[in-house]
Amino acid sequence: MSIEVKNIRKTFGDFIALDDVSLSFPTGELVTLLGPSGCGKTTLLRIIAGLETADQGHVLLEGDDASETHVRERQVGFVFQHYALFRHMTVFENVAFGLRVKNKKERPSKEQINKKVHDLLNLVQLDWLHDRFPSQLSGGQRQRIALARALAVEPKVLLLDEPFGALDAKVRKELRRWLRKLHDELHITSILVTHDQEEALEVSDRVVLMNHGKVEQIGNPDEVYDHPATPFVYGFLGNVNFFHGRVEGTNIQVGDQNLKHGLDTGLAPGTPVVAFARPHELDIVPAIEGENKNSDGVLAQIDRILSFGATSRLELSAIENLEDSGLPQSFEVELSRAEVQKRQLTEGLQVRIIPSQLKVFQRT
Amino acid sequence: MKPNETMLRIRKPTRNNQLFPGFGLSLGFTLVYLALIVLIPLSAVVLKASTLNASAFWETVTAPRLLASYRLSFGAALMAGLINSIFGLMLAWVLVRYNFFGKKLVDSLIDLPFALPTAVTGIALASLYSKNGWVGRYLEPLGLKVAFTPLGILMALIFIGLPFVVRTVQPILEDLELEYEEAASSLGATRWQTFRFVILPTLFPAILTGFALAFARSVGEYGSVIFIAGNIPLVSEITPLIIITKLEQYDTAGATAIAVVMLFISLLLLLLINGLQAWTAKRTGRNL
Repeated sequence: MSIEVKNIRKTFGDFIALDDVSLSFPTGELVTLLGPSGCGKTTLLRIIAGLETADQGHVLLEGDDASETHVRERQVGFVFQHYALFRHMTVFENVAFGLRVKNKKERPSKEQINKKVHDLLNLVQLDWLHDRFPSQLSGGQRQRIALARALAVEPKVLLLDEPFGALDAKVRKELRRWLRKLHDELHITSILVTHDQEEALEVSDRVVLMNHGKVEQIGNPDEVYDHPATPFVYGFLGNVNFFHGRVEGTNIQVGDQNLKHGLDTGLAPGTPVVAFARPHELDIVPAIEGENKNSDGVLAQIDRILSFGATSRLELSAIENLEDSGLPQSFEVELSRAEVQKRQLTEGLQVRIIPSQLKVFQRT
Repeated sequence: MKPNETMLRIRKPTRNNQLFPGFGLSLGFTLVYLALIVLIPLSAVVLKASTLNASAFWETVTAPRLLASYRLSFGAALMAGLINSIFGLMLAWVLVRYNFFGKKLVDSLIDLPFALPTAVTGIALASLYSKNGWVGRYLEPLGLKVAFTPLGILMALIFIGLPFVVRTVQPILEDLELEYEEAASSLGATRWQTFRFVILPTLFPAILTGFALAFARSVGEYGSVIFIAGNIPLVSEITPLIIITKLEQYDTAGATAIAVVMLFISLLLLLLINGLQAWTAKRTGRNL
């Protein structure tokens, strides 16, 4: 079932949670709402579910206005961050709950319920736990049961509110892959809310980036990662370095140092800009003593070199550019371990940071 | 697993391998304290009663007047506990779930029956429900006699037992997250089904505890009841009153004999309630 939200606005007192948000979620896709806490993503999900009502705007399910429909009748499956499994019911009873509360006309027979619950428990690979209580399960198991429970009523839409947020990193990763596989089998329209960018990029067909109650960018994971539309998206997806400076021809002037951009930004000379680069888009060359201060790159000092696996992560701090807080600006650079050795980079060394690629946004 | 459950699992803590030190000392202290405060006075009652021979004992405790009083005392206490369970749950619900003007005041009013001297309660209720009282004068023409009848006793017991269920249910209800109800309604449950199958089972142990406390308090209640009961033998005479009467006639042995019977029935009923509690806990996986 397709979902559409139109001009949704929601405030909590003075706080604007959602500011005129319009989105559409096509049938069968898994879409992630991604953003920092307080960006309105959970509120939007709850409005779609019918657990919250919008101050303005409409929710359309399969083209029909469902704004006035009670959550009971919306046929949405909702999965909560903290599972919300009924503590006094066994796993079986939890999954069967949605079937047992149906009115007499629609309620399946006891045998049908029995079969269906066991089928679902097999689907989440936890049938052997059917007579346990939620308190006897691990977090990952609980969330899988919660998912089975939501699927039992054959919802048209699956809504997941930070479903892996309370789990540890390893389980989270496992469940993420498992959810993706499950979605490929069931093709149920799903919306997942998360603040974990890695999760969003890995699991979804499309990512909706939100900030301050507004949509910043919509696109498939490659698009939003490779072509961030706004400084916020750039900063939120993956690690990032930024340089504050001014346009100077095809270069960016940072303090009295110069960064090559190479492309015409289309901005007038002197325009204040912020330039972004990912850690792997920065290169490092040792600074030569007495060289012209105004040569290419930003002067910095290597604070730490962290080498795990194939790449080394270098933490650096700027020598001349201070942040607003008065602390030197910090940078993060990724190089192969071989490069680090070849260039004889050591902690404490003064270097120049030269970006191979920069994404420039006008400063506002 | 909660920490206290961990403690319970340690049956025989060894000296070098204790999760919480001081098990022996604290258990010893608890037992001595319980013995001094509860068991010794109670065994004195039993001892005193045993000065009667078996047939005299039996005759004393099975007199028709007494049998009627047992029925009244335990029946009214059970009924009051039941009524308080229902309305206590409602009160707790209103106090936790809604915000309204004067909520703080209502919340502190709940404890008033705890604080009021029971005689004050009894006199207030008696004058309120008597033939010329503020309430009684309107009930009387309807054929409802409250004061000086078993109904009056029930009123008094409901009054003094009110806080128990409210105060045991309130904290549980406060901790009960809305998520459970949201989950239930997203699965298609109506408000009533959500209450019946999700909320009530969660609250049931607390309600049971509150019921047991209210019941126990009501069985032993004396002060507030005697003023409104009218104390008519075979009709509205409670067992504690008979004990007092016997004591006033210097029939200590007879009084303690009745006390032993009350003690025994109370213990039996409380054990029953405890058993029920353990059963629900087991059935809902809380003690595993």
